[in-house]
Amino acid sequence: MTEIAQETPPTEPRKRYRRVWGGPSLNPWRAPKLDGSLRPVFMRNFLVWRKLAIPSLVGNIAEPLIWLVAFGYGMGALVGSVNFNGTAVPYLLFLASGSICMSAMNAASFEALYSAFSRMHMQKTWDGIMNAPVRLDDVVMAEMLWAAYKALFTVTAILGVMLVLGISHSWKLLLAWPVLWLVGVTFSCIALIFNAMAKGYDFFTYYFTLFLTPMMFLSGIYFPRTQLPGWLQTLTDYLPLTAAIELVRPLFLDQWPTHVASNLCLLIGVTVVAFWVALALTRQRFRA
Amino acid sequence: MASEALDLVAMDDELMDNATRPSTETAPLLHCENLVKRFGDNTVVQDLSFSINPGECLGIIGPNGAGKTTTIRMCLGLTPPDAGHIGYSSVHGQALQMPQDALAIKAELGVVSQMDTLDPDFTCEENIWVYGSYFGLGRDELRARTPGLLDFAVLAQKANARPGELSGGMKRRLSLARALVNNPRLLVLDEPTTGLDPQARHLMWERLQQLLQVGKSILLTTHFMDEAERLCDRLLVIDHGRKLAEGTPRELIAQHIEPEVVEVYGPGAQQLITAPIRSRADRAELVGDTVFFYTHHAASLLLELARQPSLRTLHRPANLEDLFLKLTGRQIREGA
Repeated sequence: MTEIAQETPPTEPRKRYRRVWGGPSLNPWRAPKLDGSLRPVFMRNFLVWRKLAIPSLVGNIAEPLIWLVAFGYGMGALVGSVNFNGTAVPYLLFLASGSICMSAMNAASFEALYSAFSRMHMQKTWDGIMNAPVRLDDVVMAEMLWAAYKALFTVTAILGVMLVLGISHSWKLLLAWPVLWLVGVTFSCIALIFNAMAKGYDFFTYYFTLFLTPMMFLSGIYFPRTQLPGWLQTLTDYLPLTAAIELVRPLFLDQWPTHVASNLCLLIGVTVVAFWVALALTRQRFRA
Repeated sequence: MASEALDLVAMDDELMDNATRPSTETAPLLHCENLVKRFGDNTVVQDLSFSINPGECLGIIGPNGAGKTTTIRMCLGLTPPDAGHIGYSSVHGQALQMPQDALAIKAELGVVSQMDTLDPDFTCEENIWVYGSYFGLGRDELRARTPGLLDFAVLAQKANARPGELSGGMKRRLSLARALVNNPRLLVLDEPTTGLDPQARHLMWERLQQLLQVGKSILLTTHFMDEAERLCDRLLVIDHGRKLAEGTPRELIAQHIEPEVVEVYGPGAQQLITAPIRSRADRAELVGDTVFFYTHHAASLLLELARQPSLRTLHRPANLEDLFLKLTGRQIREGA
């Protein structure tokens, strides 16, 4: 004990905090103010997850793989191949390249809805963090990046299994990786909007049933969108999951995606707007 | 063991710095001026001003919904006031302001909120480490500090236990230990002993008194009058967001309440409020079946009451609770 009592003063320099200029604003739509303090918040989530990583990994990876096996091998035997941009593609490959986008979407959505809501509302973890020198803006940003990280982790594991199964060996898969991270970011931002509005976990059922599930069936994961009636096809052009699949699927087939700029713009545009809305609604929720 | 842990807290450079700087001793540490906060049409805090001097314990007392928690939230920069000014004088003597300098101010504060916000997935030790990381404290520094903090919170045996395995009192002490991780100058405690059993409350009070002795300042909200009387140098009584009274506990009682109280209950007690005996007291009040007589000299009153053996009487000095009930009324508040 005595050695602790005679602890030498800390040698590391203390963190410096900058003043926020201008009067305090109550406008929830004001620009985000971020600094490095989101790092320990992200790390906090990482440390909790590290304790539960194995069961969470099984849940994250087993389910998409079961789908892949059931639909890919089962349906694939019935369907044979699918026409994609004029080439016949084995159904398993067609499905795998779409469902990996869905995995990124689901992993990010679950984390930014159920887990973030637990931390924000049930455990009051956010309140505790904000009693330390960390702003709400940084907490929201850290949650968003954390959910995107979880999506990336899930996707990486599934990609690994797909490589082992020999579904695709294209080196272009390396490029799919950052795109799938972006998909995680986009869907975390959208999910955080619903997180900010939620009064309980039940609320998220609406989001899943009315938004994610229809999108899953309409963005061309299970069948080419050319099967849809014309008006619906046009509508689905603007879904973020469609943009993700348009970018990722060709890479699986060792092709180059078309309309890269417009699809990236759609994803990034949705991300920016969704984050802003999520932040504004969260600020309102916390009356900050 | 605990006093050694306190040495650790006291040894820190910042506190020593503070002790050798007489200029900061006179200026208030935290200063709130004319705070106003509205939520829609509901004005929760109206024109509230107060300040805390270094080394002082200031208590804010008020019934449920009086605006205590909102006031604390404004002091922490969690919600900006609609009008008014919150100033803080930093350890380096800078004049800081909420909410513009919220992060710099919070770097010098330790906060225990009304609800425990401990991480259920972390052990006690990890809770302190992770919380320290929010202050930008390094890993080695945190590992060196944590045993002393756990000792101080009487949780040394529970370093590897998770909050779910702790009693209510232990959780609160862990919250306190966590709030001390950055060696704060001012502790902000929102109802720190609500829901604790007497043993846990006394241990909490003892620890808070030790912190005051090493020169920490405390801003405390409570609705336990014994807690306020025991810990606070100065009290602020608020209700409906307004300041009703301010002063030391003794001063407040002397100013607002007659020094002696005689409570009378039993068959026929209710009639006393209109009986001639009423004139023996300065003030009388009927609450339920009990009559409260407030007086400067209870002797003649007690003598007369002794003639009616069916009545039960309790003679006691006036306390903060009498003052509190006089100022804020006896009606039941939301959630009570």
